[in-house]
Amino acid sequence: MADSYEPGAVPDGPLLEVEDLYVEFRTRDGVAKVLNGVSYHVDAGETLAVLGESGSGKSVTAQAIMGILDTPPAVVTGGEIRFHGENLLAVGEERRNEVRAEGVAIIFQDALSALNPVYTVGFQIEEQLRVRQGMSRRDARDRAVELLDLVRIPNAARRVRQYPHEFSGGMRQRAMIAMSLALDPEVLIADEPTTALDVTVQAQIMDLLKEIQVERRMGLILITHDLGVVAEVADRIAVMYAGRIVEHADAVSLYRTPGHPYTAALMDSLPRLDQKGSTLNTIKGLPPSLLNIPPGCPFHPRCPRAEDRCAVEVPPDHRLGLGRTSKCHFAEELVSRV
Amino acid sequence: MSERSLRSEKSGTERSLRSEKSGTERSLRSEKSGTERSLRSENPGTEPILEVRDLVKHFPVRVGVLFKHTVGQVRAVDGVSFDLNKGETLGVVGESGCGKSTLAQVLMRLEPPTSGTARFNGRDIFAMRGAELRKLRRSIQIVLQDPYTSLNPRMTVGDIVGEPFEIHPEVAPKGSRAGKVRELLDVVGLNPEHLNRYPHQFSGGQRQRIGIARALALRPDVIICDEPVSALDVSIQAQVMNLLGDLQSEFGLSYVFIAHDLSVVRHLSDRVAVMYLGKVVEIGTEEEIYNHPMHPYTQALLSAVPVADPTVRGQRQVIRLEGDVPSPVDPPSGCRFRTRCWKAQEICAQEVPELEPRGGGHPSACHFAEERSVVP
Ligand SMILES: Nc1ncnc2c1ncn2[C@@H]1O[C@H](COP(=O)(O)OP(=O)(O)OP(=O)(O)O)[C@@H](O)[C@H]1O
Ligand SMILES: Nc1ncnc2c1ncn2[C@@H]1O[C@H](COP(=O)(O)OP(=O)(O)O)[C@@H](O)[C@H]1O
Ligand code: SF4
Ligand code: SF4
Ligand SMILES: [Mg+2]
Ligand SMILES: [Mg+2]
Repeated sequence: MADSYEPGAVPDGPLLEVEDLYVEFRTRDGVAKVLNGVSYHVDAGETLAVLGESGSGKSVTAQAIMGILDTPPAVVTGGEIRFHGENLLAVGEERRNEVRAEGVAIIFQDALSALNPVYTVGFQIEEQLRVRQGMSRRDARDRAVELLDLVRIPNAARRVRQYPHEFSGGMRQRAMIAMSLALDPEVLIADEPTTALDVTVQAQIMDLLKEIQVERRMGLILITHDLGVVAEVADRIAVMYAGRIVEHADAVSLYRTPGHPYTAALMDSLPRLDQKGSTLNTIKGLPPSLLNIPPGCPFHPRCPRAEDRCAVEVPPDHRLGLGRTSKCHFAEELVSRV
Repeated sequence: MSERSLRSEKSGTERSLRSEKSGTERSLRSEKSGTERSLRSENPGTEPILEVRDLVKHFPVRVGVLFKHTVGQVRAVDGVSFDLNKGETLGVVGESGCGKSTLAQVLMRLEPPTSGTARFNGRDIFAMRGAELRKLRRSIQIVLQDPYTSLNPRMTVGDIVGEPFEIHPEVAPKGSRAGKVRELLDVVGLNPEHLNRYPHQFSGGQRQRIGIARALALRPDVIICDEPVSALDVSIQAQVMNLLGDLQSEFGLSYVFIAHDLSVVRHLSDRVAVMYLGKVVEIGTEEEIYNHPMHPYTQALLSAVPVADPTVRGQRQVIRLEGDVPSPVDPPSGCRFRTRCWKAQEICAQEVPELEPRGGGHPSACHFAEERSVVP
């Protein structure tokens, strides 16, 4: 698998790296600074969760990786996206498309709009196999049935001939996963894959993703706003706020001692299944407008820990050991408290 | 009063659908929680304000372009009974398509029921006409899920929140309306000066507040909340949930709180009804449902909720349900859950399990109901 990416590959480097990525949307209303130096990476067999509220830039980062940004208005103004060490933003378009098509796949929240309603589910899987791997029609059909079977769609041989609208929500998401696996990607980006699904179906889909990931040693980037889902599957977590990774840590440390006031506040505002109701802690105010991000620490207008300097000084990444980082002036104090 | 006591004699089943918690027990409980202010109603009464019995709503499935004919029925709500007590929150949970919104629509009289009754303060709401119906339309309000589509984009916030006064001018004479609208915006935590703004100028959470202000305008007794926080981010969701809790104590409101997020429902509800394919499969106090679930479906639902604690990963026993929810056009015979139930026996295909107290506990609709604790 990995052999096809030899040129420029760093043998033991991370599989996929985003480094200091800047993206802006130039619209009539002004310039929205959507990504402001995003860095994260994922290794083979590992799950990185990207956690953040809506509008924080999770999906835009994923779109930049996949090369499917809405351009214009989107413009990448800085940074690198490296796959096996090769900067995809610097290579020719053909090479870039090749790497993306075969190395990285994405599944979306809304499987219905991601699937083409006028073609059968089978046809959509087969087409990729024929175009990219030069498979014959018959082999592609067999493989499509195999893939649907793999994601546990009952009666796969019959289901390949059906259209997306004939599938339930959970089955459509399975079909999306089958399709994303067709070309044997090394990295799978799952952008809110279960947000539109019920808990019992969500549990099935997360199980399936986990199983496939382990079996194929895929790198999984799981984008979500659900702190519960993250706690169940993530190895590492990157917390996004206003187009930055404000905290990055392994799952256990992050939940035990959040190193950033935003992470702590998010956890506090969560109602719990195992507790009776009391007034929930809230984060005051609203996420910032990306047309006009507050100076200093972008979280300062909402931060319970803020001091005067927070409104002026942009907090750099504080290294907290064990690969943890936090963009808060008081990060060390926060994690040493417990 | 005499009418009520007569009615409550009717049957054990019927009575058990009501909350049985006595006043003393409740006040004890609220003392226990100490300084923490409870989001749930402080003193939910035991007197029902809304009594729903055997409510059914079927939608015809029609085919054909020119000559439509009915080929079946979507059994969206198929025999639902519960009481909502004064000042209490009844949570309604269940997966997509189980009939929660349909139930809300029928109770709002936006859709006629196929059969069954619903009494508001003892009067059958489906029999109401004229002045009585107008009064009902003031007393029961609804808040919907999607703050993006449920507000008219061409109306200002002032017009949206004040519109109920146009329909019910008796509540607020023209001259007093602007003041009332300002007051309502203030109550839900919006800037009263933003009266002339349009919905698109507000965030999702703020739009939800607009919807709540509008629902409060006519000083209702009951608010039916259909997924009011589902579209919101966690931090904003918490703000709106706190608001709903505060308004309840301030105005003595009763809520039917519909949601698919079980943690959200636990947080706000005094009692909870669990629905599956158009039926209530289990109903009880928040404590009974979450800590002592009897029905396999409730147990599976609760066990599937991810827990925000990576240290318990892999240690929880999650009940994995196979397959999807069957079609409500052709639900399984007997127990509707049997196609996904790991406990199903032959009798489950033949006999519909009634919703009744089993094993000394609260009502559940399973032939083999048995308590199983699944929430860590
Ligand atoms: N006007 C209608 N005509 C036909 N079928 C309908 C109609 N409204 C609802 N249904 C069907 O009735 C069933 C119950 O729908 P309902 O909207 O009440 O579910 P719900 O529990 O609110 O689901 P969700 O959690 O997705 O909001 C579904 O199968 C739905 O497709
Ligand atoms: N095509 C677009 N045009 C203009 N702005 C966009 C576009 N796509 C995304 N944005 C903006 O970029 C920001 C981040 O969006 P996104 O990455 O989708 O957030 P999320 O974290 O919810 O996935 C938001 O402010 C969004 O409005
Ligand atoms: S830098 Fe200041 S404002 Fe920003 S998170 Fe830390 S304490 Fe809060
Ligand atoms: S009645 Fe039978 S099928 Fe239904 S929930 Fe109980 S055991 Fe399962
Ligand atoms: Mg997104
Ligand atoms: Mg609904």
